[in-house]
Amino acid sequence: MISGWSLIRGVTVLVYIFMFLPVAVVILLAFNSSQFGSFPIEGFSFRWFVELWNNDAIVRAFRVSLLLGFLTAVISTAMGVLASLALVRYDFFGKGLITTALVAPILVPEVVLAVALLLFLRWLEMPKSFALLLLGHVIFTLPFVLLVVQARLVAVKREFEDAAMSLGANAFQTFREITLPLIMPAVFAGMLFAFTISFDDITGTLFWKPGGVETVPTQIFAMLRNSISPEINALGAVMVAVTVAMPLLGAAVARRMAGSLR
Amino acid sequence: MFASDVERAQARPWILMSPALLSVTLLLVVPVCFIIVYSFWLRTATGLEQTGFYLDNWVEVLTDRFYLDILVQTLRIAATSTLMCILLGYVPAYFIAMSATRHKTLLILLLMLPFWISYIIRTMSWINILGVSGALNVFLMWTGIISEPLQILYNEGTVVLGLVHFLLPFMILNVYVSLEGLDRNLIDAARSLGCTGWQAFWEVTLPLSLPGLAAGSLLCFVLGAGTYITPMVLGGPRDAMFANLVFEAIITQLNWPLGSALSLVLLVILGSVVLVYNRFVGMGQIAKSFG
Repeated sequence: MISGWSLIRGVTVLVYIFMFLPVAVVILLAFNSSQFGSFPIEGFSFRWFVELWNNDAIVRAFRVSLLLGFLTAVISTAMGVLASLALVRYDFFGKGLITTALVAPILVPEVVLAVALLLFLRWLEMPKSFALLLLGHVIFTLPFVLLVVQARLVAVKREFEDAAMSLGANAFQTFREITLPLIMPAVFAGMLFAFTISFDDITGTLFWKPGGVETVPTQIFAMLRNSISPEINALGAVMVAVTVAMPLLGAAVARRMAGSLR
Repeated sequence: MFASDVERAQARPWILMSPALLSVTLLLVVPVCFIIVYSFWLRTATGLEQTGFYLDNWVEVLTDRFYLDILVQTLRIAATSTLMCILLGYVPAYFIAMSATRHKTLLILLLMLPFWISYIIRTMSWINILGVSGALNVFLMWTGIISEPLQILYNEGTVVLGLVHFLLPFMILNVYVSLEGLDRNLIDAARSLGCTGWQAFWEVTLPLSLPGLAAGSLLCFVLGAGTYITPMVLGGPRDAMFANLVFEAIITQLNWPLGSALSLVLLVILGSVVLVYNRFVGMGQIAKSFG
């Protein structure tokens, strides 16, 4: 039995190595001073990060991605919080159907969603633009925000809100003073979720982006067309740093806020 | 006065939902209905669409052998990847759920980490490993096992590899959630009634983790079958998947009516997989991993 368990542990370790080794190699090669983005390792250097910083196209792509991710997070979280309040706190006709409709964007394959939105807005004579990108990102991050906030809202006792109401607070005051602080960790988590999904997205973005506008993932994709260069590895390393540091930071903030509420 | 208060209370959820509901309707429901109509239009030589009711796109998509072959290839790649995810994912999920190690939180955190690491980075990272001057070839040449670099990249195998790498965390997470929620007393009961450890697993643990396994498989299959980036980065020219045809039609050929018909085929096939799953398991299982 003992040997069976160590076998299970061994397999687990191997699977974890499988999941992380390739990414570790990207980060390792980002610091390689060699001309070509590959082995052997010739020396340690930051030169590829400096090159990134001096590459206008990449800096521009970063700005687009950050702005897009930020706006997506704000808009889809605002809509998601309001909708989850309605779904968790009220009973109304057609609730099941509406719940399904609101999570539909993750049930529909992203390619199909991308084509449908693109062609429909084209038909309305709205050309590809930053606005189209934003609308697309909002629509497919919305379900994630909704699911995260809903899960938290179910756990918040209705008695707190009832108490505030009976003491004379109106619905908006109750939300601002009682409900919102209690669901704040989930609101933050939802925003981070939306930001990262938007920041990483390439499937829909390649359909929606106007000519000449690149986000970081589409920029990497375009650079891959030639061959793998050390700059791609450096860009990859920066992206991993951004998307991994964000949730860790968020978790720390959420923990502090949860702590101060007690 | 009283009546209007009641009315206001009834209207409130609708007001709260209206931005989200309106967005989903205008940006998803109406556009999907629109591409149904669009798929019956025709592309003319001028590049403008001929509106009307033409079956040409559908006849082409449903009768041309080429599309059928790619469809079969797509389903095969997605199914193989899902199966690999089950084989590779169950053991780690079991380990995380059942072990008493103090590293449990770390293991779960690490499991979530890939979700935060960009899909394109994780996909292209395999070029660094398997490419002509990648880690594997450099290592094998250094040891002297081979003298020429091996061409391991750009085939169906590497597409499956890339997909498994991308999808595995979804599988592990879903199986883990169902194993974590399992009542341990049931396993103890089976053991005390004389089951061996292996029998207890086979008769109790495995059946009870099937909902998680099903949820993970659904996600892996649907996400895998809808991708076009992985075959473009890690596949050869012959390893196109169905979504690549959609991309090709819409972005490269600008044949939007054909692209609409192709995306609808993908939607119907993957949609029916979701519906069958929903009928037998229910969507609640997937929502659990968000808790």
